[in-house]
Amino acid sequence: MKKSKLFIVLALVLAIGVSFFSGCAKGGQTGQTIKYNLGAEPATIDPQLNSAVDGATVIVNCFDGLTRLDANDKPIPAVAERWEISPDQLTYKFYLRKDAKWTDGQPVKAQDFVYAWQRAVDPKTAAEYAYQLWYIKNGEAISEGKMPVDQLGVKALDDYTLEVTLEGPTPYFLSLTAFPTYMPVRKDVVEKDPQGWATKPETYITNGPFKLKEWRPKDALILEKNPNWYNADKVKLQTIEMKMLEDQTSALAAFRTGQLDYIESPPSAEIPNLLKSGEAKVFPYLGTYFYIFNLSPNAEKVDPAAAKAIKDVRVRKAINLAINRKAIVENVTKGGQIPATSFVPNGIPDADGKDFKKKDYFPAEGNVEEAKKLLAEAGYPDGKGFPKITLIYNTSQGHQAIAMAIQDMLKKNLGINIELANQEWKVFQKTRDERNYIFARHGWIADYVDPMTFLDMWVSNSGQNNIGYNNPEYDKKIAAAKKEADPAKRMQLLHEAEDILMNDMPLVPLYYYTNIACVKDYVKDVHKSVLGFVYFENAYIQK
Amino acid sequence: MLNYIIKRLVASIVTLWVIATATFFLMHAIPGGPFDTEKPLPPQIKANLEEKFGLNKPLSEQYMMYMKNLLKGDLGPSLKYEGRTVNDIIAYSFPTSAKLGIVTVICSLLLGTYLGVTAALNQGKWQDQLVMVIATLGVTVPSFVLATFLIYVFAVKLSLLPAIGFEGPEYYVMPVMALGGYSLSFIARLTRSSLLDVIRQDYIRTAKAKGLSRNTVIYKHALRNALIPIVTYLGPLTAGILTGSFVIEKIFGIPGLGREFVTGIYNRDYSMIMGLTVFDSFLLITFNFIVDILYAIIDPRIKLEA
Repeated sequence: MKKSKLFIVLALVLAIGVSFFSGCAKGGQTGQTIKYNLGAEPATIDPQLNSAVDGATVIVNCFDGLTRLDANDKPIPAVAERWEISPDQLTYKFYLRKDAKWTDGQPVKAQDFVYAWQRAVDPKTAAEYAYQLWYIKNGEAISEGKMPVDQLGVKALDDYTLEVTLEGPTPYFLSLTAFPTYMPVRKDVVEKDPQGWATKPETYITNGPFKLKEWRPKDALILEKNPNWYNADKVKLQTIEMKMLEDQTSALAAFRTGQLDYIESPPSAEIPNLLKSGEAKVFPYLGTYFYIFNLSPNAEKVDPAAAKAIKDVRVRKAINLAINRKAIVENVTKGGQIPATSFVPNGIPDADGKDFKKKDYFPAEGNVEEAKKLLAEAGYPDGKGFPKITLIYNTSQGHQAIAMAIQDMLKKNLGINIELANQEWKVFQKTRDERNYIFARHGWIADYVDPMTFLDMWVSNSGQNNIGYNNPEYDKKIAAAKKEADPAKRMQLLHEAEDILMNDMPLVPLYYYTNIACVKDYVKDVHKSVLGFVYFENAYIQK
Repeated sequence: MLNYIIKRLVASIVTLWVIATATFFLMHAIPGGPFDTEKPLPPQIKANLEEKFGLNKPLSEQYMMYMKNLLKGDLGPSLKYEGRTVNDIIAYSFPTSAKLGIVTVICSLLLGTYLGVTAALNQGKWQDQLVMVIATLGVTVPSFVLATFLIYVFAVKLSLLPAIGFEGPEYYVMPVMALGGYSLSFIARLTRSSLLDVIRQDYIRTAKAKGLSRNTVIYKHALRNALIPIVTYLGPLTAGILTGSFVIEKIFGIPGLGREFVTGIYNRDYSMIMGLTVFDSFLLITFNFIVDILYAIIDPRIKLEA
């Protein structure tokens, strides 16, 4: 055995490694292909069954609803070329274009929408997002199994006319018709293979700008241009390769080596540098990050002393004012987030066309003097006698960093002690939904572009109300807004509702979410909607 | 021998049953279910979902159902991935993990024993020290650190290898290095100490005294006995590596089975957790069984008796 042999072997291993490089050097494909990181394997790309953002991105590119969202997230005609709305805003009549085709060449008909929407609310389908269709007459009752599916308020008057009856005036209904759950599907296709039709390119018959070419589970989902789409001549992109890379650090590495052109949520530690170098961009994202107090009777079972303390609105306001949100977004989250000074975030148009968010309910930097005064009034001067409060959040470094900053601020500014506890994601959800906490993290991303998506969750009988917030005045405003047909009056009611909410302060808004994405400069006109979906029909590569 | 095999077979089935049963009840004991989502579902929708997957039935009934299907080899539908069964997912993902795993096991076995032998034969010299430094690094540096480091150097800085994916031979290099680092080092250390032990034995001196060539002494006489601890280690190693590594698959974006196990638990995808536990246990039991038979082949003194 010669000593040099060891090194021959080692050198060989290295040489093998190096010799493979030829294969990857030619990775940079020419032509109109975008390599996008979807981030995870979609649980499903069946329009009615999907409830996740990754699945939605695939669906909005493969399907076309009655409407589509344009680059400003405004609904524009799609399969419906025009529509009529009754004066009471309860009936919509959609006139479908006659040149809309499925990928197999058959025409898209009004009946395809009727079938898809009935399918979404059918209890047998068990769709998580069935409630997105409860705006339609009888939708909720059908989901509950109290009515047959054919009672849903949607009718095909003929092959190209669709009549929809709503439960109440819904000013954002035309945005909803662009939402994945509302996309048409073909009865014959679904019924032939109800379980598997949306997993195979051969049976994934769609009607949008792109179609499914290949799905390699957990690896890649390949979409290609659909020549049958009525606007196909405007689509420049030939292929979209959607990778499913979960690890953010490797996604960034792949972005840098050119294996990916577009990645979302780069590692937070890298964001400040990426933003500075221009590699990453900040996109608006309709969502609010906040903390909630448990105001339900359950809180007393968790911790009677703490429950009593947070029942006092002055305590809640003091905690709210003792937090410097500017410091949190600038020093902790560092991802371009915007300090929250209201519950409804920026980015939703009001009746006057301007932003719904008009006022700051409290200063972004907080107001320590006022906070101290309120706490003293509540009977805890300088935090004396204040019980220990436990703040729970789901296990993640990001949430932990924010919680620690807030713990520190409350200790310094008010002299009160917060204990931090983290829980695994599913355990956390259960704890929060069953109201077994005192103080907890929360985050809410809009389902549609309207203040209602942030406000109706806090009515006393809402399934999302894990605070146990109960103010009959608030309930009345929301109920009135849901019946109001006049947009200006409706928005006024929603403003009044938010005023009540912010005055009761059952929750502490911290910041408005943003989406950070790294986009190669040769990638043009990809649209990332404020709901987080990515639209590729106008995108192209310019090298 | 036949008696032994039959006895082992029965024991294996009992073991599998115990594992499956324990996992089933432990998994249902964790708070939170597959349909607890960020936005709480309206109760009737959750009920519809539970009905669809039979989760509204009493646990004992679910257990009986599961066991009945398991006997037929049916691992059930995934609760997370619509339209895919656990059988489909294993059939699709296992070959990927196995391909990567086999290459890794072979590489770390060959290179590991080679390094171990070199170190043992040069005990105390610089070659020995070098191998020991490599082996210590390999055991102590976690695979995710090694993987990230490799990507940074070979993909981002040198542009020699693709950072992610699993499409051709060049895609194997970094995952194999990251995945095999530990086992290679472990095998090298094991070979070294085991071989050092063996070459001091009398029969080696006898062999040398007979005038046999150095290579014959080392490879025919000494190494054969020195390999027994390595073979022992090889069983669980192979089973573990074949079923994939969560970390390596996640970092390199490899569509293998390792990721499913961990994400299955996060998602409370009950049928996935069960299916993979049963499958992994089956592999582990099988490989340990093979190892026991290999003992008898390598070391004639070992007799497999019932």
